[in-house]
Amino acid sequence: MNKLKSLLCGTAICAAGAVSAADLEVTHWWTSGGEAAAVAEFAREFQEQTEHKWIDGAIAGGGGTARPVMVSRIIGGDPMGAFQFNHGRQAEELIEAGLLRDMTHVAEAEGWKDIVNPPSLLDACTLDGKIYCAPVNIHSWQWLWLSNKVFEDAGLAVPTNWDEFVAAAPKLREMGVQPMALGGQSWQSSGAFNVLMATLAGPEILQKIYGDGDADLAGGEEMARVFKAAEDMRDMVQGSNVQDWNQATNLVITDKAGGQIMGDWAQGEFAVAGEVAGEDYTCLPGLGVHEVISTGGDAFYFPVTNDPEIEAAQDALAATLLKPTTQVSFNLKKGSLPVRADVDLAAANDCMKKGLEILASGNIMPDVNMLNTEDTNNQLNDLFVQFFQDTSISAADAQARFVSIVEDKD
Amino acid sequence: MATGKPIRLFRNLSSKIAAIPMILTVLFVFVGGTAWTVTYSFTSSKLLPKTKFVGLRQYERLWETERWLVSIENLMIYGLCSMVLSLLIGFILAALLDQKIRFENTFRSIMLYPFALSFIVTGLVWQWLLNPDFGIQKIINGLGFTSFEFNPLYNSDIVIYGVLIAGLWQGSGLVMVLMLAGLRGIDQDIWKASRVDGIPAWKTYLFIIIPMMRPVFITTLVLIASGIVKLYDLIVAQTGGGPGIASEVPAKYVYDYMFQGQNLGQGFAASTMMLLAVLIVIIPWAYLEFGGKKRG
Repeated sequence: MNKLKSLLCGTAICAAGAVSAADLEVTHWWTSGGEAAAVAEFAREFQEQTEHKWIDGAIAGGGGTARPVMVSRIIGGDPMGAFQFNHGRQAEELIEAGLLRDMTHVAEAEGWKDIVNPPSLLDACTLDGKIYCAPVNIHSWQWLWLSNKVFEDAGLAVPTNWDEFVAAAPKLREMGVQPMALGGQSWQSSGAFNVLMATLAGPEILQKIYGDGDADLAGGEEMARVFKAAEDMRDMVQGSNVQDWNQATNLVITDKAGGQIMGDWAQGEFAVAGEVAGEDYTCLPGLGVHEVISTGGDAFYFPVTNDPEIEAAQDALAATLLKPTTQVSFNLKKGSLPVRADVDLAAANDCMKKGLEILASGNIMPDVNMLNTEDTNNQLNDLFVQFFQDTSISAADAQARFVSIVEDKD
Repeated sequence: MATGKPIRLFRNLSSKIAAIPMILTVLFVFVGGTAWTVTYSFTSSKLLPKTKFVGLRQYERLWETERWLVSIENLMIYGLCSMVLSLLIGFILAALLDQKIRFENTFRSIMLYPFALSFIVTGLVWQWLLNPDFGIQKIINGLGFTSFEFNPLYNSDIVIYGVLIAGLWQGSGLVMVLMLAGLRGIDQDIWKASRVDGIPAWKTYLFIIIPMMRPVFITTLVLIASGIVKLYDLIVAQTGGGPGIASEVPAKYVYDYMFQGQNLGQGFAASTMMLLAVLIVIIPWAYLEFGGKKRG
């Protein structure tokens, strides 16, 4: 089948007479409304700026579903042209096994070292001094999204921090509004907990626990308070029977839920729904407690194919992704921040501007994906999805299990 | 040799040659793959298999994991209920169909129809049917019974029974057809004889027909049991393991840790435990079933 496909492609290319143009299959898991609009910008820019063709390989179901598919294709000897991962430790072993291409030459030619801001993004792509991926955006988890209308109807002021939100919850419950939305997928539960941890306990504590595996701190007083807050959150999310994150965001958009803790990609959904930041919804970076954003994000990796045509297209794509025009058009749709500080984001809305300010002020922390392996993340997912759905687990029990995960992590 | 007895090895030579590909497949793919998996379950392999042995560490972690214990419990509940109920339902349906009723073909097709659907479709259909906002609960509430509540998929305590309903709906038809085939294989003279003796029909079924259908029951049991152990797609489609981890099953644990968690060692350890569980059930049964016959 594949031979036939490449034969057909080859014939088509010869017939067209364009020897250097190649079809580049790009796989990603950007399938929600805002995400799809953003990735279409990449495809457009890529086809306009180069002579190559973007073949879209979207995999629905989020990273948890898409990553195994991508990895098994690469390991199985049927690599795509390029694929999206959250950069950090997810691709570590693929790089060690020599399955991904060293893109240092593109990075040097384009001067990524000087333009990528913050530099930690490029560090996360670097292994043994070689650069293996092209960072495309900065995504941060530490946001609380609130529906202004819900609070107006309740006769309350829109909360300005986490504690006010918790205090408003009983009133919302009385009115028959879901105080807080949380999707049933496990990564959303652990993600929300990590946000509570980064804001209520502080980024240094998160860094010590996940970065250095400090089990004493994980069992300590500060974390006990975070678990107490998680218990409050558990009461607030009871009854939100949705699975996907964008369905949960949709509850906030349609004023059926008061708020949601979700990364800044939620903003793409608000934009697609035509909502205006500050009027229809409010965003609180760092839950309004500790204004910090994590600098995780998405990056594109390029598998080894040993096909010079594909390699040329890979180089062209890597260079295109970080061009100023691409960065602006993509990130405006995606709701994320650009990876270079020298682009003009005049069209950015209130929430993105808040994010840019925090980024400029240097209140940043590493993303959990950069500190934890997928194995540890999976264990955290299991723990917190159970904790947030099952009210019979006490905060203390959950903390004890959290400590044992931290003890075992590598 | 020319006039002597044929060598044992060359007896039925052509059929032996024909069996070689299957023998090789069994040796390399099944036995070899199993041995490889068991070996690597003692390593700390992450995304890619590595021969860094860590002893029983993966197994220790497995049995300390809440999710694995929940998975085992769910599989036992689902397995036991599904085994008993699908045999019961299947046999009763078959016995009813065997009463020389009209439109037997139509009924048979309707009952067998769910089996033509994959577990993914079954799971999605039942997810919608059991959804409190669209499904059965909504319809009955709409009829005026507003206090009616039937919401198994969002209740951690009974979610596995919600899955069981879907599994039975899908699988009972096949059991029914197998049972019906078994019933048709019973000599009509037996029925006549029991009627002459004035034995009630239910007693004839229980004490004469069912014991005679032993081979059919064994085939059916093996089919149901293998379906239970590999239960995965129904869960993924219907509940995704939720709410929380309340409807997780071992096969899903294996997949999630091998591929999503990028921890092959842990996934291999879990699948080795599954293999062990199957062997514990199968070996004594095979011994009784096949070993007994030789002696008798």
